Amino acid sequence: MSVSFDQELDCKNLSCPMPILKTKKAVDGLAVGQVLKMVATDPGSLPDVVAWCNKTGQELLAHEEDGGVFTFYIKRAK
Amino acid sequence: MSKRLAIISVHGSMDLAYPPLILATAAVAMDMEAAIFFTFYGLEIIRKGNADKLQVSPVGNPAMPQPIPGISVPNILGVLPGMTAVATGMMNSWMGKAKVAKLSELLEMAREMDVRMIACQMSMDVLGVKKEDLIDGIEVGGAASFLEYASNDAIALSF
Repeated sequence: MSVSFDQELDCKNLSCPMPILKTKKAVDGLAVGQVLKMVATDPGSLPDVVAWCNKTGQELLAHEEDGGVFTFYIKRAK
Repeated sequence: MSKRLAIISVHGSMDLAYPPLILATAAVAMDMEAAIFFTFYGLEIIRKGNADKLQVSPVGNPAMPQPIPGISVPNILGVLPGMTAVATGMMNSWMGKAKVAKLSELLEMAREMDVRMIACQMSMDVLGVKKEDLIDGIEVGGAASFLEYASNDAIALSF
């Protein structure tokens, strides 16, 4: 998948709630319209990133799983 | 939609220390506000240098997985000397394998993220805990402090 992004965040080998806490911090550091690529290995990160985006109003552009590695592209929408 | 999470933390065992800190930090990450009111043994979580020393009790905890798979250890044996240390060691090892953050790290995150952490004055008096025994960034208050916060449309949970 080729989604262009502005910043990358490695959350591999982190368990709940760390991927969400770090994602929040990273997205706060972006300008509106910029995209964060976040990579995690916690399978719970999939429902949690979706829920986080729903609650905070940020936009999940795309996500994919490859061999237990989850990649998310999150756009700072506001 | 509720924007506040108000948590009461009553217990000082490791397994019961995690949920308040995980939920409070996640709440702030989700653009909510969160406060934790530490009362009775919950004070042990915020006692300086103590968070990573909290233990898990096998007594009265039949859901705790067995140390040796396939061999059922009667729960009554949990009262034997050293069994709390054994259970704690096992839990620490599982936590490490699952890459769960340490309680001290979650406390640090909570402080960084402005989770309000309130120590119960009455419990401090009962248990002989002084403000300087607690980690930095803790407020001291009573029931009214918690209720004033919680009454403003908060989700309230107790652990």
